[in-house]
Amino acid sequence: MIPAPFRYLRADSAAHAVDLLGEHGDEAKLLAGGQSLLPVLKLRLADPAVLIDISRVPDLSYIRVDGDEVAIGAATRHRDVVESEELRREVPLLPHVAGYVGDRQIRHRGTLGGSLVHADPAADLPCAVLALGATFVVEGPSGQRRVDAGEFFQGYFQTAVGADEILVEVRVPRTGGAGWAYEKFVRRSNDWAIVAVAAVDGRVALANMGETPLRATATERALAGGASPAEAAASAAEGTSPIEDMHADRAYRAHLARVLTERALVTAAG
Amino acid sequence: MSVMGTRVVRVEDPRLLSTGGVYTEDLRDPRLTGALHLGFVRSPLAHARVVSVDAAEALAAPGVVAVLTAADLGLPAAPPMMPNFNPAMTLPALAGDVVRYAGEPVVAVLCEDAYQVEDAVGLVDVEYEPLPFVVDMRAAARDEVLLFPEAGTNTVCTFGAEELDEGLFEGCEVVVTREIENQRVAVASMEGRAGAAVPDDDGRLTLWLSTQAAAMSQGAVAGWLGLGPEQVRVITPDVGGGFGAKIGADPEHVVLAAAARHVGRPVRWTETRSENLVAMCQGRAQVNTVTIGGTRDGKVLAYRLDVLQDAGAYPRFGAFLPALTTMMAAAVYTFPKIETRARSVVTNTTTIGAYRGAGRPEATHAIERGLDLFAAEIGMDPAEVRRRNLIPRFTEPHATSTGGFYDTGDYPEALDRALWASGYDDLRAEQARRRERGDEVQMGIGLCVYVEITGAPLGPEASEVAEIQVHADGTATVLTGTSPHGQGHATAWAMLAHEETGIPIEKITVEHGDTDRIPDGTGTFGSRSLQQGGVAVQQASIELVELARQRAAQLLEADPSDIVLDKDRAALQVKGSPTSAVTFAQLAEKEPLGVKTKFVAPGPTFPFGAHVAVVDVDTRTGKARLRRLIAVDDAGTVLNPLLCEGQRHGGFAQGAAQALMEEVRWDADGNPETSTFASYPFLSATEVPSFELVEMATPTTYNSLGAKGIGEAGTIGSTPAVHNAVVDAVAHLGVRHIDMPTTPQRVWTAIQEAAR
Amino acid sequence: MKIGTTVNGAARQDEIEDRLLLVHYLRDRCGLTATNVGCDTTSCGACTVLLDGESVKSCTVLAAQVDGREVTTVEGLSADGADPHPVQAAFRQEHGLQCGFCTPGMVMASVSLLRDNPKPTEQEVREGLEGNFCRCTGYHNIVRAVLAAADGVSS
Ligand SMILES: Cc1cc2nc3c(=O)[nH]c(=O)nc-3n(C[C@H](O)[C@H](O)[C@H](O)COP(=O)(O)OP(=O)(O)OC[C@H]3O[C@@H](n4cnc5c(N)ncnc54)[C@H](O)[C@@H]3O)c2cc1C
Ligand code: FES
Ligand code: FES
Repeated sequence: MIPAPFRYLRADSAAHAVDLLGEHGDEAKLLAGGQSLLPVLKLRLADPAVLIDISRVPDLSYIRVDGDEVAIGAATRHRDVVESEELRREVPLLPHVAGYVGDRQIRHRGTLGGSLVHADPAADLPCAVLALGATFVVEGPSGQRRVDAGEFFQGYFQTAVGADEILVEVRVPRTGGAGWAYEKFVRRSNDWAIVAVAAVDGRVALANMGETPLRATATERALAGGASPAEAAASAAEGTSPIEDMHADRAYRAHLARVLTERALVTAAG
Repeated sequence: MSVMGTRVVRVEDPRLLSTGGVYTEDLRDPRLTGALHLGFVRSPLAHARVVSVDAAEALAAPGVVAVLTAADLGLPAAPPMMPNFNPAMTLPALAGDVVRYAGEPVVAVLCEDAYQVEDAVGLVDVEYEPLPFVVDMRAAARDEVLLFPEAGTNTVCTFGAEELDEGLFEGCEVVVTREIENQRVAVASMEGRAGAAVPDDDGRLTLWLSTQAAAMSQGAVAGWLGLGPEQVRVITPDVGGGFGAKIGADPEHVVLAAAARHVGRPVRWTETRSENLVAMCQGRAQVNTVTIGGTRDGKVLAYRLDVLQDAGAYPRFGAFLPALTTMMAAAVYTFPKIETRARSVVTNTTTIGAYRGAGRPEATHAIERGLDLFAAEIGMDPAEVRRRNLIPRFTEPHATSTGGFYDTGDYPEALDRALWASGYDDLRAEQARRRERGDEVQMGIGLCVYVEITGAPLGPEASEVAEIQVHADGTATVLTGTSPHGQGHATAWAMLAHEETGIPIEKITVEHGDTDRIPDGTGTFGSRSLQQGGVAVQQASIELVELARQRAAQLLEADPSDIVLDKDRAALQVKGSPTSAVTFAQLAEKEPLGVKTKFVAPGPTFPFGAHVAVVDVDTRTGKARLRRLIAVDDAGTVLNPLLCEGQRHGGFAQGAAQALMEEVRWDADGNPETSTFASYPFLSATEVPSFELVEMATPTTYNSLGAKGIGEAGTIGSTPAVHNAVVDAVAHLGVRHIDMPTTPQRVWTAIQEAAR
Repeated sequence: MKIGTTVNGAARQDEIEDRLLLVHYLRDRCGLTATNVGCDTTSCGACTVLLDGESVKSCTVLAAQVDGREVTTVEGLSADGADPHPVQAAFRQEHGLQCGFCTPGMVMASVSLLRDNPKPTEQEVREGLEGNFCRCTGYHNIVRAVLAAADGVSS
């Protein structure tokens, strides 16, 4: 299948991308790795008139330790996240989770920023950055602003990044030696999660248990109060409203959330 | 040294691995220069009246040459393919007033460029008026919503007993009964359907098709267009898998041909995967009600199989599948009484056709799952129950009460070998330990013993043609009626010709699939190729040697009986005098040297085997993982183990995928839910283990090679084995049955329900 | 728009439609038809080629995006087609292909995998090929072929 016609433009900096977005307005879409956007265009679920390619902007692709955080350029590819020594040392959850995204070919193209802004509730990385409590640096016509993880994911495939804005950087706190784990439940290895759970340093996030990735706050509270993994996990599905699809109904998803949370907590405590 | 039974690597591979095959879409034939591209507007609804078609916007779009409806092409609907089908259920090439499944082609669009087609298809405005629909076969059988009101029923045809025998289970100590679904799966060959058509100046049509049976495609297309078969030439490029769904002609193929004639230009067509998953014929789709009665010590006394077949929207081969299912109901067992009954119904879904095994996997699955239910009821090991009912070894044909006529078989031996190779007792011991410990991950062991029918003719006789020609440069051409699409006939047939003539394998070229070159070929389906097509090649080679012997005798002035074949030199020589010799090439230089022959088999053959599957099931999530698959697949004498094993491996994965993953689904509104590879759970390398193959070869007496068919056996054995293993893993928790696919949610739900 | 690429070692310039997919650029403009399309959803891997040495799904890359970059298809794998690449040789030796439709993509994915992990375990091979579907082989001989190529058995 083939996308509807569009104009292809290449941005050479974040600011250039913002300019182009301003110029073309709602007609335009940013293109990073294209691993979510191009399938959408091929199935003709969207037909932007202009694509602004940011995948080759050199200063959007980097990983560097910056104080208590690691700063990651939005156009950093999954592969580079997986292989980053800094991340493996400072935030081991993130490269581990990036390794679950799609398959090797997809990780050779897809980017951290693309995955986060695409904001599929079933995706891996949104869940991971939520558990990590990342901060997002967003650039728009009036300059840069910072968004907390808790504010970033706003709805089904919706984030705090406006149509005239670009995500430029993701800042993840260094978790160092804190316990962490990721439990992804799939039928086939390169599928999106039916349910997934990321746990790090007493924080727990769930994928595909609602319209956005969600923090399992009841579980986190129980943990903070000294509950065992099994006890804390019992409330993992509290306050969630997962979809029903051909893989799982609501009750089963809730059950999976509890089982996976318990397993993640056991591993993280490990 | 004989090449028979050796692992000759494939001669077709260097090309496929370097420049790639030439599949239909890859054709750069000069006759296709400037070809238009064909696309289809397809129904988004399961059942609707077509109110109007507005093509104005599409016609105004760049590159659009024609927008054609059923009325424009004037193609008649095809009559039902079997005499016992309801005659009102005809198949249109393009939908006329009514669409009967989501995905049905309604309008054909022709453009100069492939990219333009997709744009233009979206611009055709078809207005539909939704009709009540029925996608579930059980509901369809109630005839509340009719697909063909003029038929007065959704029933296409019935098979078997008219009245059930009330007393069938009299005298049985135990009777178990259960409805067992054999869910619909997608064929999903990696290459979808594709074709290219060129109207020739003389009114003939040249058609390249991704097909498994060129002559049948030729007959079907010509018949539909109202032409004589000789007016259509079908050429088969490389074919990227078929699995039964590329036999004959689909509506799209006929529209392709008709459109090319209509505009008088070459036209090409390649479907997308999204089209393929809603419009290529699909497979299986049965609900089988199985009833087994017997004694508490494991002897089955009576078996009833009641089949409901979903034929999809238009009755094609799928409606006929129950004939094969009921015929194979007797399976490998000595059941004294068997009763079968079947009904095929139409539904507002994709048409059902042949898919790897076509009717036989369903028979095997029904009885093998049913026997496990029986075993569970009497508390006996499933292996033991099978042993107590297996037909003993036989060497003379064994007739079954359901119409099977098994050529040769040794089912107890197959079971024993599979059990032994699996370490069955150790597996059961490990299972017992895990159960005792109450592990989260439990294991299941599943068995299947099967017999199937291969090489069954679609027409009056089971036969295939072959021709061999030797050329003056020492090369030879084999023309075969079979139609390889992965099976390796170029290698296997060259081995056979080499074995008889001595002409080196690398000098033998195998041609197939061109109805001008091989007008009376049949094709490749039903695991028929080696046992009929291969045997024909062997026979042609033997006849060639005989012809060469006569000619050599004349030339060398010797008695034919004194002429012997020197395979090392591909030559004929006078016995005892090596210098008095002539090569095939030299004979061919003098006058054309070739023979054409046909092998007629005495009948179909019946390969058999036994599979053991081992699965791990996470009882907290319900997820099953296939850990081991141990398989005996006895298809008689093996020509090339490399090819034979490859067929088995592919079959195992497809069969296991049905047990674990695959299912074509519609939502409550009749929309396809599995129309892409993102949603249809095609399994990857991570979901299967390496397979464990056990050898066993019981030759057939029906052909000189002793070969039966192996193309479908792997699929037939593995589905029930894996399915039984999943149920077995949670049997100790009180679960007796879980329908396929055994998804995590289903397994988990079954565990919850059993605990209640 | 205009792009300049290096395809299988040869530099070229092309005027293309902005929406042209890399796979169609290779097939229809470069005449390299080994690379196949098997799906619409970036699922099957039949279209896998190397972009600057890394495996990518060419159905999900725009030709415009490879401007100034290097693409390798299975046609360009063995220098001038003489000696097959060890992965090609192993696929033949182990019967890792049947209909051949998935094969060019499978081979390119395997080449990329072995570049990153020259001595993979069976499990690593299976996971490394999770983005490539095959309907014919059940993956058994594909996995063996990749392991054999890693071992240098067939080279
Ligand atoms: C077969 C398949 C399997 C997959 N499996 C998984 C999986 O298991 N788990 C998973 O999490 N994902 C999976 N994915 C999704 C995918 O890998 C990621 O979502 C993808 O990599 C997104 O990144 P990208 O760079 O390709 O984004 P693109 O496709 O280029 O863009 C995605 C969206 O984000 C916007 N965007 C991109 N970058 C920015 C930016 N810097 N600022 C603002 N907006 C931006 C785009 O405009 C677009 O709307 C899978 C995809 C496929 C095709
Ligand atoms: S065609 Fe590219 S992944 Fe299927
Ligand atoms: S060899 Fe046919 S799909 Fe892989």
